[in-house]
Amino acid sequence: MTDQAPAVLVSGVSKIFNDGTPKRVEALVGVDLRVERGEFVSLIGPSGCGKSTLLRLIANLLEPTSGDIAVNGKSASQSRLEQDYGMAFQQSGLFDWRTVAKNIELPLELKGWDKAKRAERAREMLELVKLPEFADLYPWQLSGGMQQRIAIARALAAHPQLLLMDEPFGALDEMTREYMQGELLRICAETKTTVVFVTHSIPEAVYLSNRVVVMSPRPGRITKVIDVNLSGERTEDTRNADDFFHGITAVREGLRGTHADHANAGAVRGVEDR
Amino acid sequence: MTERLRRIAPPLVFGIAFLALWEGLVWVFALKPYFLAAPSKIFGEFVDNAERVWEAASVSGLNALVGLIAGTVLGVAMSFVLSRYRFLGEVVTPLAIALNAIPIFVLVAVLNNMYSITSETPRRIMVTLVVYFIVLVNVAKGLTQVRSTHVEIMRSYAASEFEILRKVRVPNARPYLFTALKIAAPASVITAFVSEYFGGSQNGLGSRITSNIANSRNATAWAYVLGACMLGLGFYVISVVLENATSKGGGGTNTSKEQH
Repeated sequence: MTDQAPAVLVSGVSKIFNDGTPKRVEALVGVDLRVERGEFVSLIGPSGCGKSTLLRLIANLLEPTSGDIAVNGKSASQSRLEQDYGMAFQQSGLFDWRTVAKNIELPLELKGWDKAKRAERAREMLELVKLPEFADLYPWQLSGGMQQRIAIARALAAHPQLLLMDEPFGALDEMTREYMQGELLRICAETKTTVVFVTHSIPEAVYLSNRVVVMSPRPGRITKVIDVNLSGERTEDTRNADDFFHGITAVREGLRGTHADHANAGAVRGVEDR
Repeated sequence: MTERLRRIAPPLVFGIAFLALWEGLVWVFALKPYFLAAPSKIFGEFVDNAERVWEAASVSGLNALVGLIAGTVLGVAMSFVLSRYRFLGEVVTPLAIALNAIPIFVLVAVLNNMYSITSETPRRIMVTLVVYFIVLVNVAKGLTQVRSTHVEIMRSYAASEFEILRKVRVPNARPYLFTALKIAAPASVITAFVSEYFGGSQNGLGSRITSNIANSRNATAWAYVLGACMLGLGFYVISVVLENATSKGGGGTNTSKEQH
């Protein structure tokens, strides 16, 4: 039964911070989102649109004010307790006092795996991200792109079906970023992982995703969902293909709506000022 | 080797030049020993009195060491309590910082009244208090100021508060502990000396310095000062060696061996 359930099902979710105080913020209102298994879905929007909040709600790092969230047919908190998903952030969040291999083993330690099994899986994951020779180094001895690959390896170490990523390539330079995008697609295809990916790069969202979810701020909400589905396998040529540019245009137009909101807000303020 | 020589040569040359200048000034201006004793005379007194300097240094040194260990143990224990119960931390930390800023070793005069006149306990308590606050403030900071990404990662793995403490907070606090020890080790020696100025047995370095000055034996007093310097330096070196011995891999401090 649960095998047919979608990877993520968000229904009527709102999140309000500091409710009942002057600092009350409507981070999200009335959000519905369904992510099928094996899908790659990006959340995009200007800052303050609640995309990171939505990701944290799915991860059960935050509780919704109202509405329901199900992950793999279970409640979000049940999924977190069963380590159904892996997570990666803009900061790699690796532990400086652990070697690369020990960093990857962390989620397995918490699951109570024995030492030999952990070491074996860490070796596998290092092969997957193509950094097998770095097992015994410390994270600060690696470049930013390598650190991020280790963070992905850690997120996937327990073979979760779902990967939640919050601007994981945001701090990388453009060339490394494009390389990492290709690597991420390869890894997800090999491991058949579902991904929910937060970004504010339009080309990144289009290149990676099956669907791009466009969000807008004040209050944070979903304004548009764009099917991208670039044909065939992603290669470097994909970035020059017509499909890719159509996708970018569609997302940009979707986002323009959110900027019109900005303009309106400005106009209203302008009126008030007078 | 030459690299190392190049690094230690400048301070070494400076030190020798300083001593030479000092010696020269005393000689050229024929300064009286009660005004300023010559380094050669001080060193002579140090050698002549080596045994007594050593005895006095072991009294002060033992007081400092006992206080340093007790203060560190208590400080670390309390910082765990504070990191667990944040509201307590908010109450205690400002007080700890305020106490750290004032020369609380004058409290030893009060402590002296509580114990017999020959007891070393007031001095040891004093050192303990000074070390305690230094360690408490630093280690509590290390336990609480962890990166939010680290905590989120752990929570996403359904880690318990205890696992977060063991795998994130404690390793994060380790360098803070050694920073605290590098401050606390010399401070413990200074506190042990100064505590001796407020009465009690006249057997430590601090009281020997004052009693020799009182008897116009300045060069001998300086010899005890030299002993005091060496003791303070020794404590500092031990704290540095301890840090290096427990950290591996350079920039990242690491003692977390296998944890299962």
